[in-house]
Amino acid sequence: MSIDAEEVAALARDVVRSHPPREVPVPQLMGAWYDAGLTWLHFPIGLGGLDAPRTLQQAANRVLREAGGPEPRTVNPVGYGIIAGTVVRYAPRELAARWLRPLAAGEELWCQLFSEPGAGSDLAGLATRAVRDGDEWVVNGQKVWTSLAHLARWAVLIARTDPDVPKHKGLTYFVVDLRTPGVQIRPLRQLTGRAQFNEVFLDDVRIPDAHRLGDVGRGWQVSMSTLSDERLSLGDRVTARGTGPIGDALALWASRPQAHTPVARERLARLWLRAEAQRLTVERAKVGAAKGVFGPEAAIAKLVGSELSQHVYEFCVELLGPEGTLYESYDSDLGDDEGPTAYQRKFLRSRAATIEGGTSEILRNVLGERVLKLPPDTRTDKDVPWRDVPRS
Amino acid sequence: MAEFEFTEDLDDLRAMVRKFCTEFSPEPVVRATMETGAGYDPELWRRLGTELGVLGLAVEEEFGGAGAGLVAQAVAVEEMGATLVCGPVLGTLALAIPLLSVAGDDVTRRAYLPDLVDGVRTATVAAPLSGGTFDAAAVTATAKAEGDGWKAGGDGWVVSGRLDFVPDGAGADLLLVAARTEHGVALFAVDAAADGVRREPLATLDLTRRQATVVLSGAPARLVAGEKQAPDALAHAARVGAVLLAAEQVGGGQAMLDRTVEHVTNRYQFGRPLGSFQAVKHRCADMLVAVEQARSAAYHGAWALQDGTDDPQLAASIAKAVASEAYSRVAAAAIQLHGGIGFTWEHPAHLYFKRATADSLTLGTVAQHVDLVAGIALDRG
Ligand SMILES: Cc1cc2nc3c(=O)[nH]c(=O)nc-3n(C[C@H](O)[C@H](O)[C@H](O)COP(=O)(O)OP(=O)(O)OC[C@H]3O[C@@H](n4cnc5c(N)ncnc54)[C@H](O)[C@@H]3O)c2cc1C
Repeated sequence: MSIDAEEVAALARDVVRSHPPREVPVPQLMGAWYDAGLTWLHFPIGLGGLDAPRTLQQAANRVLREAGGPEPRTVNPVGYGIIAGTVVRYAPRELAARWLRPLAAGEELWCQLFSEPGAGSDLAGLATRAVRDGDEWVVNGQKVWTSLAHLARWAVLIARTDPDVPKHKGLTYFVVDLRTPGVQIRPLRQLTGRAQFNEVFLDDVRIPDAHRLGDVGRGWQVSMSTLSDERLSLGDRVTARGTGPIGDALALWASRPQAHTPVARERLARLWLRAEAQRLTVERAKVGAAKGVFGPEAAIAKLVGSELSQHVYEFCVELLGPEGTLYESYDSDLGDDEGPTAYQRKFLRSRAATIEGGTSEILRNVLGERVLKLPPDTRTDKDVPWRDVPRS
Repeated sequence: MAEFEFTEDLDDLRAMVRKFCTEFSPEPVVRATMETGAGYDPELWRRLGTELGVLGLAVEEEFGGAGAGLVAQAVAVEEMGATLVCGPVLGTLALAIPLLSVAGDDVTRRAYLPDLVDGVRTATVAAPLSGGTFDAAAVTATAKAEGDGWKAGGDGWVVSGRLDFVPDGAGADLLLVAARTEHGVALFAVDAAADGVRREPLATLDLTRRQATVVLSGAPARLVAGEKQAPDALAHAARVGAVLLAAEQVGGGQAMLDRTVEHVTNRYQFGRPLGSFQAVKHRCADMLVAVEQARSAAYHGAWALQDGTDDPQLAASIAKAVASEAYSRVAAAAIQLHGGIGFTWEHPAHLYFKRATADSLTLGTVAQHVDLVAGIALDRG
């Protein structure tokens, strides 16, 4: 018995009818959405899914959006796309059930404790140690740039469990309750003025072995499955022409006829073309993904999308002219679209796009080595025990 | 078929054309052909039409075509572009056939299309299309009804004028000419062998694709489409031509990317393969991105014109602008990453670079298509 897009949409309509998005609080709505199996259609029944093809997700999300509901990923930005898939794949069912509903409802936010002061692009070089003690693990170390940690209840963590083997082999993946004693979270202020990421200190933090996802020493493989989830989730996105950053630029252009010059018009048209070629590439990737064919499009999407957003907001700020020199306040906590200087804030925020989630340099390496199969860079750290690898 | 749904039929078509082109139009054949006077091999062209049946994939079956649609035609053109097949791809396949498919009536279609589709005759279009659309104001050729309009046994009209940059113009059997009448611009068919037709082959930057200046002095002509129909039909041909050239650009770009990846994988300097250096690897990654974006834009164009799912001019301009930029950049990067060998006559990179250059200046430059896009996406607010 396979479900089709029509039936998915009907289920979705039932939920938005019984929980009108414009009236019911988000956690209640998204909890019902989860209970109906609509959060991740391809997940098992009872864990927020219907064992249905992932390609049907768009049909559900469209109903939610049209009824005024949130884009599901925004309810739990890190948890929804990046973490949930790993939990469902590696956690025992009762733990997955315990974690996923509040995650989907947005009642408990999740964050990702991966990067460290000494390990960013070279994530596998990380130094946070986990040592086994009976049924528990004891963790010591420091994480950094952790988005949303200051608001989150749970985190996924990669730690080193064996320093005597090469770096990729000695890692293990855990779920951490951020209320555990020994966890200390300090917000870090970003160049936008807001503090959305944090440094997280782990001092003799005890994690039950039941909260280990995957085998000891297999943390790298587990974290890689997270990456392939990201790829697959491309297909869930609804991408309309002229939306996103280029949509912001079009709106600004339309509202400032006095700033129209032939040169600016050409520049915007060229940005529009790049955005459109990118949007079409994502559309093409979706069709491939529906057939189980995965090309280089996800890495391309991240690379092009991030660089393009920078160029688009550079254009916007230039179109603003002297007004572009203003910035409402570095102390406010306004959302992305709020306030009179939203373009400036997005302009500043866009600098992060080419750093977070894999830098542009690393993505070009990925395209070169994994897609084009070019020879790898010379590696001095590959077959050396982690303990002996030089570090800054 | 939904956009970007590459069916098994399309995959099979691609494999068939690729096999044929690599077997019968490998680099030595391309080089030998481009040095000949005609610049193409009529027999190879005939086989593409008659044996493979890939010149009229978008033409209705009743006019000799396969009725498979523009996407299928784009796939075939992409593969021909990958090996730089010499032949009237631009004049006949990308312009004359799409033009005749919409201009005129079933009588003219039956008269001309089957032979063009079979590759036994060739045709070209002489009209101002270089701005990315049909520019009626730029038509300078003139047409006059002969005698009292129609002379028994004759064609009824005579056309005069000098026609510049006519693609594949020296070898074409049939010239489709936009000419001015008392009432506007109409489309005429001129037999290239007729009296009053003089053709001067031009020395071209891209030796694999020829052009000619055609001078008509009272050449006998047959009316194909009148003043009401001709401008739209020519604009349609310009859009289809742009999309098919975009597909060709994807094929050529992919070929250059593949060649370059192979080279930088096998060549060692400083004790390691060139491709292990990031400056080289990252440029290859950028080539990949450019080719993939061009592929999306070109096939969106083909699907949009085939199924009527987007503003046709916008879709064609997106395709041509994105693919032109991609092919030019990729071909230039290929020369750079090959080093000295890339600058030799012996290496094929220059053949692709020259095709990329010519393509980017044909049927609208990048700047002209950017301008057309701006007119639709920005100015209409
Ligand atoms: C807004 C924001 C949110 C983030 N959120 C999270 C989060 O929630 N959880 C988390 O774990 N992390 C998070 N990060 C961290 C992010 O993943 C890292 O910043 C990123 O991976 C880069 O690591 P790094 O900062 O250590 O820089 P480095 O790795 O030191 O890189 C510095 C520069 O060197 C370049 N470089 C590095 N290695 C190479 C190489 N091999 N070849 C060529 N160039 C190279 C990089 O591209 C970069 O330009 C976030 C970052 C930002 C900016």
